[in-house]
Amino acid sequence: MMDLAGLGREFESALLQINRVKAAELFERCYVNDNSFPLLERLAIDTLERIGEGWENGTVSLSQVYMSGVICEELIEQYLPKLLVKRKIVPRMAIGVLQDHHGLGKRIVCSVLRAGGFELIDYGQGLTVEELVHRSLEDKLEVLLISTLMLPSALKVKAVKEALAEAGAETKVIVGGAPFRLDGELWKRVGADAFGDSAASVVRIIEEKTKGGAM
Amino acid sequence: MNSMERTMTAIGHKEPDRVPLFLLLSLYGAKELQIPIKEYFSKPELVAKAQLAMKEKYRNDCLYSLFYAPIEIEAFGGEVIFADDGPPNSGEPFLKSFEQITQLEIPEVKEIKCLQRVLEATELMKKSVGDETPIIGVVLSPFSLPIMQMGFEKYLELLLFREKEFEQLMRINEEFCVSWANAQLEAGATAICYFDPMASPTMVERTRYLATGHRIAKRTLARIKGPTATHLASGITLPVVDDIAETGTALLGFSDKDDLVALKEATRDKLCLIGNFNGIAMPNWTTKDVEANVKNVIGKAGNGGGLILSDNHGEIPWQVPEEVLHEIAEAVGRFGTYPLRTEK
Repeated sequence: MMDLAGLGREFESALLQINRVKAAELFERCYVNDNSFPLLERLAIDTLERIGEGWENGTVSLSQVYMSGVICEELIEQYLPKLLVKRKIVPRMAIGVLQDHHGLGKRIVCSVLRAGGFELIDYGQGLTVEELVHRSLEDKLEVLLISTLMLPSALKVKAVKEALAEAGAETKVIVGGAPFRLDGELWKRVGADAFGDSAASVVRIIEEKTKGGAM
Repeated sequence: MNSMERTMTAIGHKEPDRVPLFLLLSLYGAKELQIPIKEYFSKPELVAKAQLAMKEKYRNDCLYSLFYAPIEIEAFGGEVIFADDGPPNSGEPFLKSFEQITQLEIPEVKEIKCLQRVLEATELMKKSVGDETPIIGVVLSPFSLPIMQMGFEKYLELLLFREKEFEQLMRINEEFCVSWANAQLEAGATAICYFDPMASPTMVERTRYLATGHRIAKRTLARIKGPTATHLASGITLPVVDDIAETGTALLGFSDKDDLVALKEATRDKLCLIGNFNGIAMPNWTTKDVEANVKNVIGKAGNGGGLILSDNHGEIPWQVPEEVLHEIAEAVGRFGTYPLRTEK
């Protein structure tokens, strides 16, 4: 019987040390033992969630969060074809950085979601409100993830939400980034539907919201 | 006491007449003069005028010569994007590949118009206040500037896996940083704020910082011909306090996420603290919030001097109402006058 908790701790340690080889060995051990994609997915997501919590409480750095996400994304990419697993495409979602050209937060969320088997469209960075709204409507998104770095961009989420509502779209907007972490009430004031305080928490939000069917 | 005496006493870890207040107002000057941000920063005389006016208006103890953080990116030939209601931001990173680092030239401060405007504004401020009010100049640390030069993802790859190119870029950035800091000091800046968010364990783990950004800071700060304040731009500081003190800096800009009581003990007689109002929350502060925040910081870190009140990111956001700034000034007068009533 595999000690999943022990394996998780070893995997976490390998990720924090940015040790790709060790992380791959541990992932393979989990795969050989179980041959199940959900278990690999759980290993990746649970570990990334703990690492995200570590960042929140100041014991883990952003560079470790980022690299852990990238390594997990790479590993999941390798095992999807091995296990003939298709990515989850429900809900239909996309991510973009509003106004700003700093794309690290977006990249981390993309990595974590992909490590969780989700598919999402990457709209890139430096987007205007109009561009985000137009593309969301065009793609008939159910979930729009918006990453921001600075307060003025965060405040523009309100305009995105209003424009989507005016167009009759029921797209849920999940926000993340420094302004929302520094002011815990800001996401409500800009009319967002949820706030992800870490990339792994976005997975939880999406999983919770989709449990009961459509969002 | 005038602002300079008050500040120097606090930095000397003694109690002045009251806790100094450094409202780090940069683009807020455009609001003060009611002109567009881009126009404001195109004319040094406007920046100097607004700084002097805001000093009186908000009982501020410093003048702040920062125009905008990506001005150094502009100096390297990169793009700056101006907004109507927020700080100018860097555009797409200009370093697209690691190979470009080898061709990168050190900007010559004397030849760069945007930097000359900062120096001109500094000279005008200095002419007006002499030695009565500290003028705070700003540089981005060589270790943190690449976030804007090449984007965070690429920079992490450089930092983690490309030692040779990383060292090359650090040498270029270090030369620029030293010449830019010293030019500001020559123009009349009293001290240089060395913004180094990458030094925070929020961004990079301490062991990596010690092997990289820490030695770079030691080397760089030793060549800056004036006092320096190290600011981690809202990143936590406590785990690296002793390391930062070792770099020879005199002040530390700390985070509202730091344990202030522990930080005060760790920095006592070593580093003067500057912080730590949450600028993002500040636009919605009520009078009660202002009082609570001012009392909290002064109560935990004001005793014995060694504290300057400020925000925790290095810039008061455009969205903060003037009323909040007035109330902060008023609360500092009430709760920050020594001997303190709220000592803990």
